[in-house]
Amino acid sequence: MKIAVCIKRTPDSESRFRIGSSGTAIDETGLKFDIDDFASYAVEVALQLNEKQGPGETVVYAIGPDSVQETLRKAMSMGADRAVQLKTDAVPYDGLAVAKALAAELKGGGFDLILFGKHAFDTSGGIVGTATAQLLGLACVTAASKLDIANGRGTARRELEGAGEIVEFALPAAITIDEGIARPRYPSLKNIMAAKKKPLETKPAQLGPARVRVKSLELPPDRPPGRIIGEGVAAVPELVRLLHTEAKVL
Amino acid sequence: MLDFFNIDSLLSEEERAVRASVRAFVDEHVLPVIGKCYVEGRFPREIVPKMAELGVYGANLPEEYGCAGLNNVAYGLIMQELERGDSGVRSFASVQGALAMYPIYAFGSEEQRKKYLPKMAAGEIIGCFGLTEPDYGSNPSGMITMAREQKDGTWLLNGAKMWITNGSTAQIAVVWAKTNGDTSDSSIRGFVVPTNSNGFKAKDQKGKLSLRASDTSELVFQDVCLPADALLPKSGGLKSPLMCLTQARYGISWGAIGAAMACFEEALSYSKTRIMFDRPIGGFQIQQERLADMLTEIVKAQLVSLHLGRLKDAGTFTPQQVSLAKRNNVSMATDVAREARRLLGANGILAEYSAMRHMENLESVYTYEGTHDVHSLVLGQAVTGLNAFK
Repeated sequence: MKIAVCIKRTPDSESRFRIGSSGTAIDETGLKFDIDDFASYAVEVALQLNEKQGPGETVVYAIGPDSVQETLRKAMSMGADRAVQLKTDAVPYDGLAVAKALAAELKGGGFDLILFGKHAFDTSGGIVGTATAQLLGLACVTAASKLDIANGRGTARRELEGAGEIVEFALPAAITIDEGIARPRYPSLKNIMAAKKKPLETKPAQLGPARVRVKSLELPPDRPPGRIIGEGVAAVPELVRLLHTEAKVL
Repeated sequence: MLDFFNIDSLLSEEERAVRASVRAFVDEHVLPVIGKCYVEGRFPREIVPKMAELGVYGANLPEEYGCAGLNNVAYGLIMQELERGDSGVRSFASVQGALAMYPIYAFGSEEQRKKYLPKMAAGEIIGCFGLTEPDYGSNPSGMITMAREQKDGTWLLNGAKMWITNGSTAQIAVVWAKTNGDTSDSSIRGFVVPTNSNGFKAKDQKGKLSLRASDTSELVFQDVCLPADALLPKSGGLKSPLMCLTQARYGISWGAIGAAMACFEEALSYSKTRIMFDRPIGGFQIQQERLADMLTEIVKAQLVSLHLGRLKDAGTFTPQQVSLAKRNNVSMATDVAREARRLLGANGILAEYSAMRHMENLESVYTYEGTHDVHSLVLGQAVTGLNAFK
C-alpha cells in the first residue's frame, strides 16, 4: 500500500513550560522537541501495515521550518521510505490553513491511506486530519484505536464513552490515530544511520489563509498544597466530612 | 534527564537520536528487571539478542562488518545509557565491542574479521577478553600464560585468566599469552580461542558483592590446542591488549556518567517527594548541597568525555587523556552514588532503588580497566616524565 503519514514536531510533554514574551506562544528556550506522540503512533501503524501486507511505500510529511527535518528523519529511521518537508517559517495555528497545504501536496499522490495523529500535544486542535480528508474528498475515520485493511477495505475501532464502535470504509481514506493502537518502535542504530541516506524533499508549503490566531495564553493556576488531616481509621470521619462539605464530591 | 548545561546543543542530531533509542531500550528492557537480577546474582541474558537488534555491539566499527558505523561520541552515549541501567549491562557491551570485536578488527586478518564480526554484531557469538591473571592484574606484563607453536603450525595454550567478564557466556575468548617460552612482554600475542576447545574451562566467580548482574569467571587453559589461524596476526607485544583497554576505558568514562545520572535523578526526585519535618527534604540545605555537588561533577564529567570523544574522532586522543577521563569520571560516579544513597536514607539500601546497586557496581569499575591508582601513576608519568612503575 502507498501510505502517507502527516506528522508534527512538538515539545516534550514533560517539559516545564513558560509563556514567551509575545504572550501568545510558549517560550521555546531550552525545550526538547520530538515527533508528536500521536503522530508516532500513526507512523508505527503505517509501518506495520506495510510490513504485514508486503511491498508498499510509507511517505512522511511535515509542515514547518528546517527543524522539522529532524522529525522527518526520525520517522525515516523508524522505517518510513521517504519524507517531504512543506516549508514555512512557522506552523500556523489555524488547522484549516495547514490542511490546505497538505491537501495541495497529497492530491493526486495515489495514496491508499493518509494517516494523522488524533491531535497534536501542543495545540490539541484535532482539525488537520479531518479538514485534509474533507478537502481531498476522502472517507475519514477519527481517533482509530485499531485499524485493519483487507481487499481494498478498512475496518477501524473507535473508543466511545463506555463502548467501542467498529466502522467500515473503502480505500482510499484518511484516518486519525488514537493512542493504544501500537507501540512506536525505537529506531535501531543502523536505521538511524540509514535514514540519513533516504530522500527528504523540501517544497514551499501552499498554506491557506490563517483566519484563527492565538490572542493570549495563560498557565493553569498553581495547585493548592495538600493537607494531612490525620492518620489511619481515626481520620476517616473527618475525611468523609471534608469530602462532603469542602470538596463536595460525595 | 536534566541537561543543565545544554550539552545537547553540542551533540549532532544523529548522536541525540542514538542516545534516545538506547535510552528507550534501557527504560523498557533493563530498568524493570535489573534490581531483581542483581539480588539474584543473574546476568539478564534475555536482553543479549535485543541489544544486538538495537545494534549496540561494536557500534563504532564499520558497517561492512555488520556494525552500525557510528562515531565515537555516539558510541560513548550508548555506554552512558547502558550504564544508566547497570554497570554489568554496560560491561557486557563494552567487552563484546571494545575488548572482543575491536582486537579482531584491529589485529585480525580479513578472514577473521569476516568470520567473527558480523556474528558478534548480531549477538550470535559472544566474546570475552583474557588478559588479567590471578597474580598479574595491574602488571599484565608479568603474565605467565604461554602459547607454544607446534611443528605443524598449531598452538598449544596453557595458563589461567581471572576476573573475566562474560567468561561463562562467551563462545570465543580473545586470550593474550606470551609465546614460545619468551617471558618478555614483547612476545605477547592475541588468540581467538573457542570456549568449547578441549582443555578450556570457565568457572563462575562466586560471592561477588558488586557487578552481581554480570558474569565474571576464571578461565583455565590446559593444553588447549589451537589452529594456526587462531592467532591474531597483527597483534604484537603488550601494546596490543593495551590498545583494546584504551577503547574500553574510553567507553567506561562515558558509562560512569550514566550511573551517576541515574543516581542523581533518583536522588533529585526523592528529595522532592520525601517529607520529613513537614516538608520535602530537598528544601533542606544539606540535601541541596549534595544535589549541587552531584550536578556540578556530572556536568564536568560530561564535558570531559564529550571532548575526549571529539579528539578520538579526530584521531588525536592519547591513552593518557583516556586515563584522565576514566579516573575522574568513575571516581566522580562512586561519590555521586554514595551521596545519592545517603540522601535516600534507609530506603537507599533497598534494591528497589538504584543508588546502592550503582554504588556497589562502581567499586568494580573503579578497580577494573586500570585501577584508579594505576591511572594516577599514568598521569603522574605523563606530567613529570618519571615512571613510578619501574
